Amino acid sequence: MDFILNFWVELGAWAQDVLFGWGLPVWAVNLISDFVGVLILLVIGVMAVLIFTPMERKVIARMQDRPGPNRVWPYGLLQALADAIKMLTKEDITPRHADRALHMLAPLIVAIPALLVYAVLPWGPNIIGKDLNVGVLYIVAIGAFHVIALIIAGWGSKNKYSLLSAFRVVNQLLAYEIPMVFCILSVILFSKTMSTQGIVEAQTIPYFVVMPVAGMIFLICAMAEANRSPVDLLEADSEMVAGYMIEYSGMKFAMFFIAEYVNMFAAAIIISTLFLGGYKFFGLENLAPVLTPVIVFCKAAFVIFCMLWFRATFPRVRFDHLIGFAWKFLVPLAMVNLLLSALVVKIPVENARVEPWVQGAVMLVGNLIVIVVTGFILNRSARGLEDAPALKRIVAVER
Amino acid sequence: MLSDYNFIGVFVVVACIFPFVALGLAWLLRPKKPNQVKTDTYECGLQTIGETWVQFRAQYYIFALVFVVFDIEAVFLFPWAVAYDALPLWALAEAFLFLGILTVGLVYAWRKDALRWQ
Repeated sequence: MDFILNFWVELGAWAQDVLFGWGLPVWAVNLISDFVGVLILLVIGVMAVLIFTPMERKVIARMQDRPGPNRVWPYGLLQALADAIKMLTKEDITPRHADRALHMLAPLIVAIPALLVYAVLPWGPNIIGKDLNVGVLYIVAIGAFHVIALIIAGWGSKNKYSLLSAFRVVNQLLAYEIPMVFCILSVILFSKTMSTQGIVEAQTIPYFVVMPVAGMIFLICAMAEANRSPVDLLEADSEMVAGYMIEYSGMKFAMFFIAEYVNMFAAAIIISTLFLGGYKFFGLENLAPVLTPVIVFCKAAFVIFCMLWFRATFPRVRFDHLIGFAWKFLVPLAMVNLLLSALVVKIPVENARVEPWVQGAVMLVGNLIVIVVTGFILNRSARGLEDAPALKRIVAVER
Repeated sequence: MLSDYNFIGVFVVVACIFPFVALGLAWLLRPKKPNQVKTDTYECGLQTIGETWVQFRAQYYIFALVFVVFDIEAVFLFPWAVAYDALPLWALAEAFLFLGILTVGLVYAWRKDALRWQ
């Protein structure tokens, strides 16, 4: 019974015992188990593409009141596999004006940072690639490498659209990294650790309930970082065709595609780890630890569904609005939220420890106050906009 | 502790091999028939006019500078956040001071219209 409940951990221990049984030295066993773990995580990452492309196309289609892909057996669920075979057999074209070395380098390195993030994402108690003590910092640091690959792709293609896109990469991805880091900092203040598993263990109440402001900011920033519509200004179809991947075809294009979906799935798991309680689900994780990867997957799928919902609901934003929104709204709000968390964590505790739920309740009340005040300020500045002469003229013409 | 990074090292090696495998497989399977028209730069069916590799506009550098300031700040705040529970109450005042100085910088950039995209 214990074996079934703890299936994943027991399986790992059993496999290591078998390897030791063959008389291998310790370092060899460690190397082999590391290698197998890496392969499993890699397969999970690439499988995300096969699972979430059909999901995205089906969900978006249903929201737009059309059937979506339905030819490839059954309900078009194998569409992604058909796409993969098509990509493999497509001709690969390198424009003759392009910088050949850079044009080749970008698809080689674009997927690496996206995959490396999976090393620290927790799938259950002790079901994790490696529980680094600086896990969250590792995620932020590795995630930043993504920018370099996109700039190389945009510059190396020697195409005007892709160069414009490279310019936008610099601005958008950098701007949205700041509020994201501040939200992570307020989570760390509460959990008192940077290890991803420690953060999940520290969440008696999911942090999204405790600090909805940080959760929402993080969701928006994760969408901008993963380059999802409505904030996909880097590859906006209507403005610059496909942005940095315009000159790529066949498998090279597929590498960018894989990187995007691997990134999105990783972002969804990070959100569910930091804010939705990770592998915890009302005590189910103690009852049946074998189900924890399923819980994480379901939460991540829910987050991705919300992202698709955003995509189907909102039109694409304008670029100056996007930049202004990050620097003038999200950064100050995230800073206020960080200071609020610091206050709540410190003030009531000098000698006596307070219960976590009291702390959570105080934080929630503080967050609600922040939301109300923010709404008030936005309302006032919006009224200021109405007085702007240009807008007045437009309103007058419309009347 | 340091042996934790063996796993990351193995992961880096495997993740670097993965794109080579994928692109190599495609290289074996795909047709190779480039011609003059195919290898043209994509410009919606028109000839490209003028220099493509233009200079970055100066405004990108302003945003990049603001970003560097805030990113370094974040690097300083990570250890502060982890050790926060063990620090005396003074750490809170320090954080307020630190973020206050940066807020002044942000307000300055804002008032100088550096944050408006033109």
